Amino acid sequence: MMNTKYTPIIGLEIHVELKTQSKMFCGCSASHFQVEPNTHTCPVCLGLPGALPVANQKAIEWCQLIGLALNCRLAKESKFDRKNYFYPDLAKSYQISQYDQPLCYQGEVVLKNGHKIGITRVHMEEDTGKSIHKKINGEDQTLIDFNRSGVPLVEIVTEPDFRNPEDVDEFLKTLRQIIRYLDVSDADMEKGSMRLELNMSLTSHPELISGSHPQFPNYKVEVKNINSFKYLQKALVYEFARQAEILDRGETPVQETRGYQEDVDKTISQRSKEDAQDYRYFPEPDIPPMVFEEKDLENLKKLLPELPQQKREKFTKTFGISTETAWVLTESKELALYFEQAVKLGEVLKIEAATIANVIKNKKYDWQKLSPEELITKLKQESSDKVSDEGALGKIIDEILKNNPKVVEDYKAGKVQVLGFLVGQVMRQTQGKADAEISNKVLRQKLK
Amino acid sequence: MPKKLLTAILSCRQLLEKNKMQLNQLTLLEALDGLKKKKFTSVELTQACLDQSQKFNDKYNIYLTFNDNAFTQAKQADAEIAKDPKIFERKPLLGIPYALKDNFLTKDLRTTASTKVLDNYIPVYESTVSTRLKNAGAILLGKTNMDAWAHGSSTETSDYGPTINPWGEKRLPGGSSGGSTAAVASDMCIFAIGSETAGSIRQPASWCGVTGLKPSYGRCSRYGVIAMASSTDSPGPIGKTIKDAKYILEIIAGEDEYDGTSIKEKSWHLNSLEIKEKIRVGIVTDYFLKDAEKGVNETVLKAIADLQKNPNLEFTDVSLLDPKYAIAVYTILQRSEVSSNLGRFDGIRYGNDRSFFAKEAKRRMMFGAYSLSSGYYDAYYKKALKARTAIVKDFEKVFTKVDVLISPTSPCLALPLGATQGQAMFGEMQDILVEASSIAGLPGISVSCGFVNQLPVGLQFIGKMKDEAMIIKLAAYYQTITDWHKQKPEIK
Repeated sequence: MMNTKYTPIIGLEIHVELKTQSKMFCGCSASHFQVEPNTHTCPVCLGLPGALPVANQKAIEWCQLIGLALNCRLAKESKFDRKNYFYPDLAKSYQISQYDQPLCYQGEVVLKNGHKIGITRVHMEEDTGKSIHKKINGEDQTLIDFNRSGVPLVEIVTEPDFRNPEDVDEFLKTLRQIIRYLDVSDADMEKGSMRLELNMSLTSHPELISGSHPQFPNYKVEVKNINSFKYLQKALVYEFARQAEILDRGETPVQETRGYQEDVDKTISQRSKEDAQDYRYFPEPDIPPMVFEEKDLENLKKLLPELPQQKREKFTKTFGISTETAWVLTESKELALYFEQAVKLGEVLKIEAATIANVIKNKKYDWQKLSPEELITKLKQESSDKVSDEGALGKIIDEILKNNPKVVEDYKAGKVQVLGFLVGQVMRQTQGKADAEISNKVLRQKLK
Repeated sequence: MPKKLLTAILSCRQLLEKNKMQLNQLTLLEALDGLKKKKFTSVELTQACLDQSQKFNDKYNIYLTFNDNAFTQAKQADAEIAKDPKIFERKPLLGIPYALKDNFLTKDLRTTASTKVLDNYIPVYESTVSTRLKNAGAILLGKTNMDAWAHGSSTETSDYGPTINPWGEKRLPGGSSGGSTAAVASDMCIFAIGSETAGSIRQPASWCGVTGLKPSYGRCSRYGVIAMASSTDSPGPIGKTIKDAKYILEIIAGEDEYDGTSIKEKSWHLNSLEIKEKIRVGIVTDYFLKDAEKGVNETVLKAIADLQKNPNLEFTDVSLLDPKYAIAVYTILQRSEVSSNLGRFDGIRYGNDRSFFAKEAKRRMMFGAYSLSSGYYDAYYKKALKARTAIVKDFEKVFTKVDVLISPTSPCLALPLGATQGQAMFGEMQDILVEASSIAGLPGISVSCGFVNQLPVGLQFIGKMKDEAMIIKLAAYYQTITDWHKQKPEIK
C-alpha cells in the first residue's frame, strides 16, 4: 500500500448462497435468479402466522463440507438461533442464524506466500427477501420479492489476519475455488451468490498485533456493499487512505459501518456504533438442537472431494509438473478433471503428462472446445507426423549447410547462437514436422 | 360394564327421548354410535349444535366466526354414511361437529387469535391439527374466543370481549382456551380443540367443568397454530369425557413433517383402560396451596379418597419445587419468545398495523425484548433456561418414585368478570399449578371432581414425558366411579 507508516489489519465476512434444490427451512425451490417474483414461496418462507421451519439436512451437510475444506473443526453440538431485527424483506422479523454454536469453527487457509489466515467460524443461516425500488405511476415504490427468502446461506468469518490487499485477493479467489470444487454454490459475485464484507483498522505498531496476546487498535470500520473482488481492492485502498489521514491528524477513526459506492469510489458512513442493532439473539425454539456423532462426522469427511491444494500436490509429485503449471491446471475443477482424464488417455499412447500440461497451459489448444480424447488424438498425430529419422533429417541438413556457407563459417568461429537460425531452416524445410531435439543433435554433429 | 356407567347411559338415553332436540348434549362416543346406527343424521346433530349456538352465543360470546359450510358438510357426511357402512374405519370422526380455538389457521375462514390485528385475516393454509380432523370427517362449526394471542388465563383479554362461563353468568371461563371449554360445557359442539402453553387447556377445563387433555410437547403438531411461546405450545382436545378426549387425541397426534419439534415415534400404546397393574400415584403436597380458594383443596382430597378405594392405586405424598419458580421461569421464557413471534405482525403483508395491538400483548413484547437484550440476556433468559432444566430434572426425579402425579388444577374457582383488570400477572397466578409441567413439556389432564358454590373444581393428573396412556387411564377410571363430568350447567 501507498503508506508504509501504517499496517492494515483486515478481516473478512463472506456469505455464500448454497445451490441446494430446496430452501433452508421449507420445500420451495431455492432458485431465485431471474425467476418471476414471489413464485417460489410458501407459508414458511413468507413468514405467515403458524408456519414452522424444518431444517434442510443437505444444506447443513454442505456447510460442514465447506468447514472441512477450510480445515475447521466441526461442532458435535450445534443449534440455530433467532436474530431479531425489523426490515420489510425479512418475513418473520427475525433471521434464523447461528449465534454461539456454529457448525464449524477454528479453521485455517495457507496462502502461496505461507501466510496463514485463520477461519473464526463457518455457520448456516437463511437469506432474506429482496427489496426492489421502482417508480410505479410516477411514484417511488418498494416491492418485495420473497423468492430469495429462506435460501440457504453460509457465513464464513475470518480472523483479522490480513496485512495487505494482495493476500485478501488471493484468499478470496482460493475460497471461491474451494467452494466451486465442492460444487455447493456458484459463488458468483454478480449473481449475488457470494457477498463480501470487510473490517479494517490501521496500526503504526505492527509488533503489537503479533504474538499470543495481540493488542488491536481501539476501533474497527466495517465496509459493506462490495460487489466484486475488484471493488473490494478499491475499497481497501480508499479506506486505508481515509483512515491513515485521520490517524495522521492525531485522531481515531469512528467505529462504524460504511458502504462502498463504486460510482464515486468512496466508502460512505451508514451507521455508527451508537446505532448498532441489538439483535436479541436467542435459541430458535422451533428447531431442535443438532447433535452429531463421531461416526457422522467421519462419514462427512468421506464426502469431501479432492480439493485444489491436494490436486496441485498430486500433479507436481506424480506428474512432475511445475508448481506454477499446477496452479494453472487447478484453476477450475473442470480443467483439473479434464487434465486428469487427458493424462489417463495419454498414458496408453505414451504421451507424457508434462506435454499435455504444457499444451493446455500455453493455450495451444482451447481445452473447452476439445474433448480430452480429441486433444490426445491431436497430440498423437503431431508426434507421429514428426520427422525424427536421423538419416532423413541428415539429408535435409546437408542441403541447408551447403546453401548457407556464411552461417557455417560463423558457427565455426564461435558464434554458436546461429544454431537457432539453422534449426529454424530445418523446420521451414519440413513444414514444422522435424523433431527439434533430433535436428539439433544432427546439426551439431555435422558442424563439428 | 360397571353398573354405574350403564345407568348413566340409560339415563342419558331417557334424557334424549324426553328431549328429542338435545343431540348436542351427546358425548363424542355416543354421537358416533348414533351416527353409525343411523339413529340420527349428521345434519340433525350439527343442527342441534348450531341451534344451541344461535340461541346462546350472543350472551356467552363463545364463537367469533361460524363456518358457513358446516351444514353442507353435514349433508355430505350423511351421504357418505348412507353409501358406505364401513366409512367410519377410514373417517373416524365423520359427521361430528366440533369447535376450534381461533389461533388454529383455517383456510378461507377468518382466523383472528382474538386480536384486532388479525380482524380480517383469511388464512391461505390450514393447520395440521384441523387438517387431520377434516380428513377424519369432523365438521368445523366455528372458531372460538380466547385471550388475544392466547396471552392470558381468563378469555377476558380478547379484543372481542370476554366469554361467559356457562356455570355462572358473571364468571370467567378461564383461558386462554376459554371459548373452547365453554363451547363444550354449554353443548354448543360435541368436542373442541384448544391449545396450551402453560395451563391454557387445563385451567379453563377446570373452571368450565369439562375434560381437558394437554398432550406432551410435540405430540400434536404446532404447524398452523399462531405461535405464542413456541417451546411450550401444545394443541390438545377438550371433551365431555376423557374417553372422548383420548379418541380425538389419537386422530390429531403424531409426527408432522412440517413441525421439526413433533415427536417422531408413533403414538402411545393403550390397549385397555382397565387398571390391572399397581400404579404409584404421587400426591403433590406443594400444589395444595394454603391460600387456595375455600373448598378447592377439600374437593380434590375427596376425589383422591374416592380413587384410594382401588387397591391397585398406591398413593404417596411427593414434593416438587415451589411452583413460584415455574412462574418466574415461564414469565421470562414466554415473554421472550412472544417478543420475537409477534414481530412478523407488522401489517405489511397481512392483517392490520401495529397500532391494533392491545395492552397485554404490548406489555409482553416489551418485557420480552428487555429480557433478551444484550446485557440482560444472561441475567434473565439464560438463567431461566437453567432453571427450566432444574424443573425438568425435578420431575424426572419424582417420576422415579411414582408413575403419575395428582393435584388440583387451579387453586381457585372461576373468578368473576373483571378479575383481570389491572392484574398484569393474572394468568401466571391462575396457572401456578400447571406451569411447571408445561415448562417440562409433560402431559396433563384436568377433569371435573365436584362443585363449590355451584362452580366446578378441577382434578389434575400429570404424567411422565410421552406417557399420555397413564394419565388417560387414571382419568378414565375416575370418570367410571364418579358422575361429576356428566353435570351440566343450566344455560338460559
